[in-house]
Amino acid sequence: MDHIDWNRLKTGEVNLGTSIMAVQFDGGVVIGADSRTTTGSYIANRVTDKLTHVHDRIYCCRSGSAADTQAVADIVHQGLQMYSQTAGEAPSVHHAASLFQRVCYENKDALSAGIIVAGWDKEVGPSVYNIPLGGGLFRQPWAIGGSGSTYVYGYCDATYKEGWGRDETVTFVKNTLALAMARDGSSGGVIRMCVITEDNVERLFVPGDELPKFWEGREVLGATALKNRAADKGVVPMAVEA
Amino acid sequence: MTSIGTGYDLSASTYSPDGRIFQVTCLLRSFAHQSILIQVKVEYANKAVENSGTAIGLRVKDGIVLAVEKLVHSKLLVPGANRRIQTIDRHIGLATAGLLADGRHLSNRARDEAASYRDNYRQPPPLKSIADRLGLYVQAYTLYSSVRPFGISTILGAVDKDGPALYVVEPSGVFFGYNGAAVGKGRQLAKTELEKLKLAELSTRQAVMEAARMYVTVSYFSSAIPKGYFDYSIYLVHDDAKEKEFELEISWIGDETNGLHLPVPKDLHAEAEAAAKAALENFE
Repeated sequence: MDHIDWNRLKTGEVNLGTSIMAVQFDGGVVIGADSRTTTGSYIANRVTDKLTHVHDRIYCCRSGSAADTQAVADIVHQGLQMYSQTAGEAPSVHHAASLFQRVCYENKDALSAGIIVAGWDKEVGPSVYNIPLGGGLFRQPWAIGGSGSTYVYGYCDATYKEGWGRDETVTFVKNTLALAMARDGSSGGVIRMCVITEDNVERLFVPGDELPKFWEGREVLGATALKNRAADKGVVPMAVEA
Repeated sequence: MTSIGTGYDLSASTYSPDGRIFQVTCLLRSFAHQSILIQVKVEYANKAVENSGTAIGLRVKDGIVLAVEKLVHSKLLVPGANRRIQTIDRHIGLATAGLLADGRHLSNRARDEAASYRDNYRQPPPLKSIADRLGLYVQAYTLYSSVRPFGISTILGAVDKDGPALYVVEPSGVFFGYNGAAVGKGRQLAKTELEKLKLAELSTRQAVMEAARMYVTVSYFSSAIPKGYFDYSIYLVHDDAKEKEFELEISWIGDETNGLHLPVPKDLHAEAEAAAKAALENFE
Protein backbone atom coordinates (compact mmCIF):
# COMPACT_ATOMS: atom_id res chain seq x y z
CA MET A 1 0.00 0.00 0.00
CA ASP A 2 2.77 2.39 -0.92
CA HIS A 3 0.72 4.59 -3.24
CA ILE A 4 -2.48 6.17 -1.98
CA ASP A 5 -4.67 7.55 -4.71
CA TRP A 6 -5.39 10.82 -2.97
CA ASN A 7 -7.52 11.88 -5.87
CA ARG A 8 -9.99 9.14 -4.93
CA LEU A 9 -11.16 8.62 -8.48
CA LYS A 10 -13.21 5.52 -9.01
CA THR A 11 -12.35 3.12 -11.83
CA GLY A 12 -13.24 4.63 -15.15
CA GLU A 13 -14.07 7.99 -13.64
CA VAL A 14 -13.27 10.98 -15.74
CA ASN A 15 -10.65 13.37 -14.44
CA LEU A 16 -10.12 17.00 -15.13
CA GLY A 17 -6.37 16.84 -14.63
CA THR A 18 -6.03 20.44 -15.37
CA SER A 19 -4.50 23.82 -15.46
CA ILE A 20 -6.89 26.58 -14.42
CA MET A 21 -6.37 30.13 -13.28
CA ALA A 22 -8.09 33.41 -12.58
CA VAL A 23 -6.58 36.87 -12.26
CA GLN A 24 -8.18 40.08 -11.06
CA PHE A 25 -7.45 43.38 -12.80
CA ASP A 26 -8.85 46.86 -12.47
CA GLY A 27 -12.01 46.53 -14.50
CA GLY A 28 -12.72 42.82 -14.13
CA VAL A 29 -11.26 39.34 -14.05
CA VAL A 30 -9.63 37.09 -16.62
CA ILE A 31 -10.17 33.38 -16.14
CA GLY A 32 -8.58 30.63 -18.17
CA ALA A 33 -8.27 26.87 -18.47
CA ASP A 34 -6.82 24.16 -20.66
CA SER A 35 -9.17 21.77 -22.43
CA ARG A 36 -8.09 18.22 -21.60
CA THR A 37 -10.27 15.64 -19.83
CA THR A 38 -8.68 12.27 -19.16
CA THR A 39 -9.80 8.80 -18.15
CA GLY A 40 -6.51 7.35 -17.06
CA SER A 41 -4.24 8.06 -20.04
CA TYR A 42 -7.00 8.29 -22.64
CA ILE A 43 -8.02 11.83 -23.47
CA ALA A 44 -11.80 11.60 -23.25
CA ASN A 45 -12.34 15.18 -24.41
CA ARG A 46 -9.59 17.34 -25.93
CA VAL A 47 -11.72 20.47 -26.31
CA THR A 48 -13.41 20.64 -22.90
CA ASP A 49 -14.88 23.87 -21.58
CA LYS A 50 -13.89 24.07 -17.93
CA LEU A 51 -15.11 27.62 -17.49
CA THR A 52 -18.63 27.30 -16.19
CA HIS A 53 -21.30 29.97 -15.87
CA VAL A 54 -23.02 30.17 -12.47
CA HIS A 55 -24.44 33.64 -12.87
CA ASP A 56 -24.39 36.57 -15.31
CA ARG A 57 -21.04 37.88 -14.13
CA ILE A 58 -19.81 34.95 -12.03
CA TYR A 59 -17.93 31.98 -13.47
CA CYS A 60 -16.06 29.10 -11.97
CA CYS A 61 -13.03 27.13 -13.17
CA ARG A 62 -13.32 23.41 -12.48
CA SER A 63 -10.55 20.95 -11.66
CA GLY A 64 -10.61 17.45 -10.19
CA SER A 65 -13.38 14.99 -10.91
CA ALA A 66 -15.51 16.12 -13.85
CA ALA A 67 -18.70 14.64 -12.40
CA ASP A 68 -18.16 16.15 -8.96
CA THR A 69 -17.40 19.62 -10.24
CA GLN A 70 -20.32 19.60 -12.66
CA ALA A 71 -22.68 18.55 -9.87
CA VAL A 72 -21.40 21.20 -7.50
CA ALA A 73 -21.59 23.89 -10.17
CA ASP A 74 -25.18 22.90 -10.94
CA ILE A 75 -26.15 23.15 -7.27
CA VAL A 76 -24.59 26.57 -6.94
CA HIS A 77 -26.14 27.72 -10.22
CA GLN A 78 -29.58 26.85 -8.87
CA GLY A 79 -28.82 28.45 -5.51
CA LEU A 80 -27.78 31.70 -7.15
CA GLN A 81 -30.89 31.73 -9.34
CA MET A 82 -33.00 31.39 -6.19
CA TYR A 83 -31.02 34.13 -4.53
CA SER A 84 -31.44 36.60 -7.35
CA GLN A 85 -35.18 35.92 -7.41
CA THR A 86 -35.76 36.30 -3.67
CA ALA A 87 -33.32 39.12 -2.98
CA GLY A 88 -34.25 40.96 -6.17
CA GLU A 89 -30.65 41.72 -7.03
CA ALA A 90 -27.60 40.05 -8.53
CA PRO A 91 -25.58 37.94 -6.08
CA SER A 92 -22.06 38.99 -5.25
CA VAL A 93 -19.04 36.82 -6.08
CA HIS A 94 -18.67 36.38 -2.32
CA HIS A 95 -22.11 34.81 -2.16
CA ALA A 96 -21.29 32.39 -4.94
CA ALA A 97 -17.97 31.49 -3.36
CA SER A 98 -19.65 30.93 0.02
CA LEU A 99 -22.15 28.53 -1.54
CA PHE A 100 -19.36 26.65 -3.32
CA GLN A 101 -17.36 26.48 -0.13
CA ARG A 102 -20.34 25.20 1.84
CA VAL A 103 -20.88 22.30 -0.55
CA CYS A 104 -17.19 21.50 -0.93
CA TYR A 105 -16.43 21.55 2.79
CA GLU A 106 -19.48 19.66 4.01
CA ASN A 107 -18.96 16.93 1.45
CA LYS A 108 -15.19 16.98 1.54
CA ASP A 109 -14.92 13.21 2.10
CA ALA A 110 -16.92 12.37 -0.97
CA LEU A 111 -15.76 15.05 -3.37
CA SER A 112 -12.66 15.60 -5.41
CA ALA A 113 -13.10 19.17 -6.56
CA GLY A 114 -10.78 22.14 -6.77
CA ILE A 115 -12.68 25.21 -7.86
CA ILE A 116 -11.75 28.80 -8.59
CA VAL A 117 -14.68 31.25 -8.45
CA ALA A 118 -14.23 34.60 -10.15
CA GLY A 119 -16.38 37.44 -11.41
CA TRP A 120 -17.59 40.97 -11.07
CA ASP A 121 -20.22 42.44 -8.71
CA LYS A 122 -21.28 45.95 -7.90
CA GLU A 123 -20.33 45.85 -4.24
CA VAL A 124 -16.67 45.04 -4.57
CA GLY A 125 -15.93 45.02 -8.29
CA PRO A 126 -13.74 42.16 -9.51
CA SER A 127 -12.75 39.32 -7.18
CA VAL A 128 -11.19 35.85 -7.28
CA TYR A 129 -11.79 33.10 -4.71
CA ASN A 130 -9.80 29.88 -4.56
CA ILE A 131 -11.45 26.76 -3.08
CA PRO A 132 -8.89 23.94 -3.02
CA LEU A 133 -9.55 20.32 -2.10
CA GLY A 134 -10.26 20.60 1.63
CA GLY A 135 -13.00 23.18 1.16
CA GLY A 136 -11.25 26.25 2.50
CA LEU A 137 -12.10 29.66 1.08
CA PHE A 138 -9.34 32.05 0.07
CA ARG A 139 -9.72 35.37 -1.65
CA GLN A 140 -6.65 36.20 -3.73
CA PRO A 141 -5.71 38.67 -6.47
CA TRP A 142 -4.74 35.73 -8.69
CA ALA A 143 -5.21 32.01 -8.23
CA ILE A 144 -4.03 28.91 -10.07
CA GLY A 145 -5.29 25.36 -9.70
CA GLY A 146 -5.29 21.87 -11.08
CA SER A 147 -2.48 19.41 -11.61
CA GLY A 148 -0.66 21.69 -14.03
CA SER A 149 -0.54 24.58 -11.63
CA THR A 150 2.26 23.07 -9.59
CA TYR A 151 4.67 23.67 -12.48
CA VAL A 152 3.94 27.34 -12.82
CA TYR A 153 3.92 28.72 -9.30
CA GLY A 154 7.43 30.06 -9.81
CA TYR A 155 6.57 31.70 -13.12
CA CYS A 156 3.47 33.34 -11.64
CA ASP A 157 5.21 34.58 -8.51
CA ALA A 158 8.00 36.06 -10.58
CA THR A 159 5.79 37.65 -13.22
CA TYR A 160 2.60 38.93 -11.57
CA LYS A 161 2.33 42.63 -10.93
CA GLU A 162 -0.56 44.69 -9.61
CA GLY A 163 -2.09 47.41 -11.70
CA TRP A 164 -2.23 45.59 -15.02
CA GLY A 165 -4.89 46.33 -17.54
CA ARG A 166 -6.98 43.86 -19.49
CA ASP A 167 -4.50 42.98 -22.22
CA GLU A 168 -1.54 42.43 -19.94
CA THR A 169 -3.65 40.19 -17.74
CA VAL A 170 -4.81 38.16 -20.75
CA THR A 171 -1.19 37.70 -21.82
CA PHE A 172 -0.23 36.61 -18.31
CA VAL A 173 -2.99 34.01 -18.22
CA LYS A 174 -2.19 32.75 -21.70
CA ASN A 175 1.51 32.39 -21.00
CA THR A 176 1.01 30.69 -17.67
CA LEU A 177 -1.41 28.17 -19.06
CA ALA A 178 0.81 27.45 -22.03
CA LEU A 179 3.74 26.69 -19.72
CA ALA A 180 1.60 24.47 -17.53
CA MET A 181 0.21 22.62 -20.50
CA ALA A 182 3.70 22.05 -21.85
CA ARG A 183 4.87 20.31 -18.69
CA ASP A 184 1.77 18.57 -17.31
CA GLY A 185 0.62 15.43 -19.08
CA SER A 186 -2.92 15.87 -17.80
CA SER A 187 -3.23 19.34 -19.31
CA GLY A 188 -3.28 20.28 -22.94
CA GLY A 189 -5.37 21.00 -25.99
CA VAL A 190 -6.53 24.58 -26.41
CA ILE A 191 -6.65 27.56 -24.09
CA ARG A 192 -10.09 28.91 -23.25
CA MET A 193 -10.37 32.26 -21.50
CA CYS A 194 -13.17 34.57 -20.36
CA VAL A 195 -12.83 38.26 -19.60
CA ILE A 196 -15.58 39.25 -17.15
CA THR A 197 -16.29 42.95 -16.67
CA GLU A 198 -19.25 45.00 -15.56
CA ASP A 199 -20.52 45.26 -19.12
CA ASN A 200 -20.14 41.79 -20.52
CA VAL A 201 -18.39 38.43 -20.63
CA GLU A 202 -16.00 37.99 -23.55
CA ARG A 203 -14.84 34.50 -24.50
CA LEU A 204 -11.38 34.06 -25.99
CA PHE A 205 -9.97 31.00 -27.70
CA VAL A 206 -6.36 30.06 -28.47
CA PRO A 207 -6.05 26.96 -30.67
CA GLY A 208 -3.42 24.34 -29.91
CA ASP A 209 -1.12 25.38 -32.76
CA GLU A 210 -1.09 29.04 -31.70
CA LEU A 211 -0.02 28.53 -28.12
CA PRO A 212 2.79 30.79 -26.97
CA LYS A 213 6.09 29.02 -27.38
CA PHE A 214 8.89 29.04 -24.86
CA TRP A 215 12.11 27.13 -24.68
CA GLU A 216 11.43 24.01 -26.70
CA GLY A 217 14.49 22.02 -25.69
CA ARG A 218 17.52 21.05 -27.70
CA GLU A 219 19.22 17.71 -28.33
CA VAL A 220 22.61 17.87 -26.67
CA LEU A 221 24.19 14.42 -27.16
CA GLY A 222 24.79 13.32 -30.76
CA ALA A 223 27.25 13.38 -33.70
CA THR A 224 26.84 17.04 -34.45
CA ALA A 225 27.72 17.85 -30.92
CA LEU A 226 30.86 15.79 -30.94
CA LYS A 227 31.98 17.29 -34.19
CA ASN A 228 31.58 20.76 -32.83
CA ARG A 229 33.45 19.95 -29.74
CA ALA A 230 36.45 18.53 -31.57
CA ALA A 231 36.51 21.39 -34.09
CA ASP A 232 36.62 24.35 -31.84
CA LYS A 233 39.58 23.98 -29.76
CA GLY A 234 42.96 23.06 -30.91
CA VAL A 235 42.90 21.08 -27.77
CA VAL A 236 45.76 18.63 -27.85
CA PRO A 237 45.71 15.63 -25.64
CA MET A 238 48.41 15.68 -23.02
CA ALA A 239 51.64 13.99 -24.01
CA VAL A 240 52.24 10.84 -22.19
CA GLU A 241 55.76 10.33 -21.02
CA ALA A 242 57.41 7.32 -22.35
CA MET B 1 -67.02 42.96 9.91
CA THR B 2 -70.19 43.35 11.89
CA SER B 3 -70.99 40.10 13.58
CA ILE B 4 -68.11 39.00 15.78
CA GLY B 5 -68.25 35.69 17.62
CA THR B 6 -71.14 35.84 20.01
CA GLY B 7 -71.05 32.16 20.74
CA TYR B 8 -70.32 30.91 17.22
CA ASP B 9 -66.59 31.30 17.58
CA LEU B 10 -65.91 28.70 20.18
CA SER B 11 -65.14 25.81 17.94
CA ALA B 12 -63.55 25.12 14.66
CA SER B 13 -66.55 23.20 13.51
CA THR B 14 -69.27 25.73 14.28
CA TYR B 15 -70.81 27.94 11.63
CA SER B 16 -72.34 31.24 12.60
CA PRO B 17 -75.75 32.13 11.13
CA ASP B 18 -74.13 33.94 8.24
CA GLY B 19 -71.96 30.98 7.39
CA ARG B 20 -68.69 31.94 9.02
CA ILE B 21 -66.31 29.87 11.10
CA PHE B 22 -64.61 32.32 13.35
CA GLN B 23 -61.80 30.25 14.77
CA VAL B 24 -60.41 28.41 11.88
CA THR B 25 -60.46 28.05 8.19
CA CYS B 26 -62.45 25.04 7.18
CA LEU B 27 -63.06 24.94 3.58
CA LEU B 28 -66.43 23.73 2.54
CA ARG B 29 -67.14 27.09 0.96
CA SER B 30 -65.94 28.87 -2.12
CA PHE B 31 -62.48 30.31 -2.35
CA ALA B 32 -63.75 33.84 -1.72
CA HIS B 33 -65.40 32.72 1.45
CA GLN B 34 -62.26 30.91 2.54
CA SER B 35 -60.28 34.08 2.33
CA ILE B 36 -62.84 35.75 4.58
CA LEU B 37 -62.45 32.93 7.12
CA ILE B 38 -58.70 33.38 7.19
CA GLN B 39 -59.19 37.09 7.65
CA VAL B 40 -61.39 36.49 10.67
CA LYS B 41 -58.84 34.29 12.38
CA VAL B 42 -56.18 36.86 11.77
CA GLU B 43 -58.46 39.67 12.94
CA TYR B 44 -58.68 38.06 16.34
CA ALA B 45 -54.92 37.86 16.37
CA ASN B 46 -54.74 41.56 15.57
CA LYS B 47 -56.88 42.27 18.62
CA ALA B 48 -54.22 40.79 20.84
CA VAL B 49 -51.80 43.27 19.37
CA GLU B 50 -54.10 46.24 19.68
CA ASN B 51 -54.41 45.78 23.40
CA SER B 52 -50.74 45.69 24.20
CA GLY B 53 -48.26 48.42 25.06
CA THR B 54 -47.21 50.60 22.13
CA ALA B 55 -44.05 49.93 20.19
CA ILE B 56 -42.63 52.37 17.66
CA GLY B 57 -39.79 52.45 15.18
CA LEU B 58 -38.17 55.36 13.38
CA ARG B 59 -35.98 55.14 10.31
CA VAL B 60 -33.85 58.25 10.12
CA LYS B 61 -30.92 59.62 8.18
CA ASP B 62 -28.15 57.58 9.72
CA GLY B 63 -29.88 54.75 11.58
CA ILE B 64 -32.86 53.27 13.38
CA VAL B 65 -34.51 53.90 16.76
CA LEU B 66 -36.91 51.42 18.37
CA ALA B 67 -38.93 52.18 21.49
CA VAL B 68 -41.37 50.16 23.55
CA GLU B 69 -43.77 51.25 26.24
CA LYS B 70 -43.52 48.63 28.94
CA LEU B 71 -46.66 48.63 31.01
CA VAL B 72 -45.36 47.54 34.39
CA HIS B 73 -48.12 45.57 36.07
CA SER B 74 -46.46 44.95 39.41
CA LYS B 75 -44.29 46.96 41.78
CA LEU B 76 -42.36 43.77 42.45
CA LEU B 77 -40.87 43.69 38.97
CA VAL B 78 -37.20 44.68 38.71
CA PRO B 79 -36.94 47.93 36.78
CA GLY B 80 -35.08 47.53 33.52
CA ALA B 81 -35.59 43.78 33.44
CA ASN B 82 -37.86 41.88 31.05
CA ARG B 83 -36.56 43.56 27.93
CA ARG B 84 -39.07 43.64 25.10
CA ILE B 85 -36.61 44.68 22.40
CA GLN B 86 -34.49 41.74 21.28
CA THR B 87 -31.27 41.75 19.28
CA ILE B 88 -31.09 39.53 16.24
CA ASP B 89 -27.56 38.84 14.96
CA ARG B 90 -25.58 41.98 15.82
CA HIS B 91 -27.16 44.65 13.70
CA ILE B 92 -30.90 43.93 13.85
CA GLY B 93 -33.42 44.99 16.51
CA LEU B 94 -36.80 43.33 16.97
CA ALA B 95 -39.60 44.92 19.03
CA THR B 96 -42.96 43.25 19.52
CA ALA B 97 -46.40 44.35 20.58
CA GLY B 98 -48.94 41.72 21.56
CA LEU B 99 -48.56 38.34 23.23
CA LEU B 100 -45.05 38.48 24.62
CA ALA B 101 -44.49 34.73 24.56
CA ASP B 102 -45.21 34.74 20.85
CA GLY B 103 -42.69 37.56 20.58
CA ARG B 104 -39.98 35.46 22.16
CA HIS B 105 -40.77 32.55 19.89
CA LEU B 106 -40.48 34.76 16.83
CA SER B 107 -37.22 36.28 18.11
CA ASN B 108 -35.73 32.82 18.38
CA ARG B 109 -36.87 32.00 14.89
CA ALA B 110 -35.39 35.25 13.60
CA ARG B 111 -32.08 34.38 15.23
CA ASP B 112 -32.09 30.97 13.59
CA GLU B 113 -32.85 32.54 10.22
CA ALA B 114 -30.02 35.04 10.64
CA ALA B 115 -27.63 32.28 11.65
CA SER B 116 -28.62 30.17 8.66
CA TYR B 117 -28.08 33.12 6.32
CA ARG B 118 -24.63 33.60 7.80
CA ASP B 119 -23.84 29.90 7.36
CA ASN B 120 -24.75 30.00 3.72
CA TYR B 121 -23.48 33.37 2.62
CA ARG B 122 -20.84 34.21 5.23
CA GLN B 123 -22.22 37.71 5.63
CA PRO B 124 -24.58 39.48 8.00
CA PRO B 125 -28.13 39.12 6.65
CA PRO B 126 -29.80 42.15 5.08
CA LEU B 127 -33.00 43.07 6.91
CA LYS B 128 -35.08 42.56 3.78
CA SER B 129 -34.34 38.84 3.77
CA ILE B 130 -35.01 38.39 7.51
CA ALA B 131 -38.32 40.22 7.19
CA ASP B 132 -39.19 38.06 4.19
CA ARG B 133 -38.44 34.84 6.05
CA LEU B 134 -40.35 35.92 9.16
CA GLY B 135 -43.29 36.94 7.00
CA LEU B 136 -43.36 33.46 5.45
CA TYR B 137 -43.09 31.85 8.88
CA VAL B 138 -45.87 33.90 10.44
CA GLN B 139 -48.12 33.31 7.42
CA ALA B 140 -47.70 29.56 7.74
CA TYR B 141 -49.48 29.68 11.07
CA THR B 142 -52.60 31.04 9.38
CA LEU B 143 -52.97 27.97 7.18
CA TYR B 144 -53.86 25.20 9.58
CA SER B 145 -56.59 24.56 12.07
CA SER B 146 -54.21 22.88 14.47
CA VAL B 147 -52.32 26.08 15.27
CA ARG B 148 -53.32 29.63 15.99
CA PRO B 149 -51.84 32.70 14.29
CA PHE B 150 -49.18 34.71 16.08
CA GLY B 151 -50.71 37.39 18.29
CA ILE B 152 -47.95 39.94 17.65
CA SER B 153 -46.93 42.71 15.35
CA THR B 154 -43.19 42.87 15.02
CA ILE B 155 -41.12 45.93 14.22
CA LEU B 156 -37.74 45.05 12.73
CA GLY B 157 -34.99 47.60 12.33
CA ALA B 158 -31.43 47.37 11.08
CA VAL B 159 -28.66 49.17 9.30
CA ASP B 160 -27.33 46.95 6.55
CA LYS B 161 -25.43 47.40 3.33
CA ASP B 162 -28.36 49.22 1.75
CA GLY B 163 -28.66 51.70 4.63
CA PRO B 164 -31.20 51.91 7.49
CA ALA B 165 -34.25 49.68 7.05
CA LEU B 166 -37.50 49.31 9.03
CA TYR B 167 -40.16 46.62 8.53
CA VAL B 168 -43.34 45.61 10.34
CA VAL B 169 -44.60 42.02 10.19
CA GLU B 170 -48.28 41.59 11.07
CA PRO B 171 -50.13 38.45 12.29
CA SER B 172 -51.33 37.71 8.79
CA GLY B 173 -47.74 37.43 7.61
CA VAL B 174 -47.90 40.55 5.49
CA PHE B 175 -45.00 42.94 5.92
CA PHE B 176 -44.13 46.38 4.65
CA GLY B 177 -41.15 48.68 4.84
CA TYR B 178 -41.67 51.95 6.65
CA ASN B 179 -40.00 55.21 7.49
CA GLY B 180 -41.91 55.34 10.77
CA ALA B 181 -44.06 52.65 12.36
CA ALA B 182 -46.22 52.19 15.44
CA VAL B 183 -48.09 49.14 16.73
CA GLY B 184 -50.13 48.46 19.88
CA LYS B 185 -52.55 50.48 21.97
CA GLY B 186 -51.44 54.02 21.20
CA ARG B 187 -50.56 53.48 17.59
CA GLN B 188 -53.05 55.93 16.10
CA LEU B 189 -51.73 58.78 18.19
CA ALA B 190 -48.15 57.71 17.65
CA LYS B 191 -48.64 57.56 13.89
CA THR B 192 -50.11 61.04 13.91
CA GLU B 193 -47.06 62.27 15.77
CA LEU B 194 -44.68 60.37 13.48
CA GLU B 195 -46.23 61.90 10.40
CA LYS B 196 -45.39 65.34 11.71
CA LEU B 197 -41.67 64.56 11.84
CA LYS B 198 -39.20 64.98 9.00
CA LEU B 199 -37.62 61.59 9.59
CA ALA B 200 -35.13 61.74 6.75
CA GLU B 201 -33.45 64.76 8.32
CA LEU B 202 -33.13 63.55 11.89
CA SER B 203 -30.05 61.99 13.41
CA THR B 204 -30.43 58.93 15.63
CA ARG B 205 -29.79 61.05 18.70
CA GLN B 206 -32.61 63.42 17.75
CA ALA B 207 -34.81 60.43 16.98
CA VAL B 208 -34.29 59.06 20.50
CA MET B 209 -35.49 62.37 21.91
CA GLU B 210 -38.50 62.33 19.61
CA ALA B 211 -39.37 58.77 20.56
CA ALA B 212 -39.40 59.60 24.26
CA ARG B 213 -41.45 62.72 23.61
CA MET B 214 -43.92 60.69 21.64
CA TYR B 215 -44.43 58.17 24.39
CA VAL B 216 -45.00 60.85 26.92
CA THR B 217 -47.47 62.58 24.60
CA VAL B 218 -49.23 59.35 23.69
CA SER B 219 -49.60 58.38 27.32
CA TYR B 220 -50.95 61.79 28.12
CA PHE B 221 -53.49 61.86 25.34
CA SER B 222 -54.50 58.27 25.51
CA SER B 223 -55.99 58.53 28.95
CA ALA B 224 -59.23 58.73 27.01
CA ILE B 225 -58.76 55.16 25.71
CA PRO B 226 -60.86 52.69 27.71
CA LYS B 227 -59.39 49.83 29.68
CA GLY B 228 -57.46 47.36 27.63
CA TYR B 229 -57.46 43.58 27.49
CA PHE B 230 -55.05 43.17 30.37
CA ASP B 231 -57.18 45.37 32.54
CA TYR B 232 -55.00 48.34 33.16
CA SER B 233 -55.42 51.76 31.64
CA ILE B 234 -53.07 54.31 30.19
CA TYR B 235 -52.67 57.26 32.46
CA LEU B 236 -51.38 60.74 32.60
CA VAL B 237 -47.64 60.78 32.74
CA HIS B 238 -47.24 63.50 35.24
CA ASP B 239 -49.18 61.61 37.84
CA ASP B 240 -46.24 60.49 39.98
CA ALA B 241 -47.88 57.57 41.71
CA LYS B 242 -48.92 56.01 38.46
CA GLU B 243 -45.75 56.90 36.60
CA LYS B 244 -44.00 53.80 37.86
CA GLU B 245 -46.46 51.71 35.93
CA PHE B 246 -44.89 52.69 32.66
CA GLU B 247 -41.29 52.07 31.67
CA LEU B 248 -39.75 53.20 28.44
CA GLU B 249 -37.28 50.94 26.66
CA ILE B 250 -35.36 52.52 23.77
CA SER B 251 -32.71 51.03 21.53
CA TRP B 252 -30.80 52.37 18.56
CA ILE B 253 -28.61 51.37 15.62
CA GLY B 254 -26.48 53.84 13.71
CA ASP B 255 -23.21 55.67 13.35
CA GLU B 256 -22.91 56.18 17.11
CA THR B 257 -23.18 52.44 17.72
CA ASN B 258 -21.00 51.43 14.80
CA GLY B 259 -23.87 49.60 13.20
CA LEU B 260 -24.60 47.43 16.25
CA HIS B 261 -28.05 47.21 17.85
CA LEU B 262 -27.69 48.51 21.40
CA PRO B 263 -29.84 49.90 24.19
CA VAL B 264 -29.61 53.66 24.36
CA PRO B 265 -27.01 54.75 26.94
CA LYS B 266 -28.42 55.65 30.35
CA ASP B 267 -27.51 59.32 30.16
CA LEU B 268 -29.16 59.81 26.79
CA HIS B 269 -32.22 57.92 27.97
CA ALA B 270 -32.56 60.12 31.04
CA GLU B 271 -31.99 63.25 28.96
CA ALA B 272 -34.68 62.19 26.49
CA GLU B 273 -37.24 61.44 29.16
CA ALA B 274 -36.54 64.67 31.00
CA ALA B 275 -36.83 66.72 27.81
CA ALA B 276 -40.07 64.96 26.96
CA LYS B 277 -41.64 65.72 30.31
CA ALA B 278 -40.53 69.33 30.12
CA ALA B 279 -42.10 69.66 26.67
CA LEU B 280 -45.34 68.23 27.97
CA GLU B 281 -45.44 70.63 30.88
CA ASN B 282 -44.87 73.51 28.49
CA PHE B 283 -47.70 72.27 26.36
CA GLU B 284 -50.02 72.35 29.31
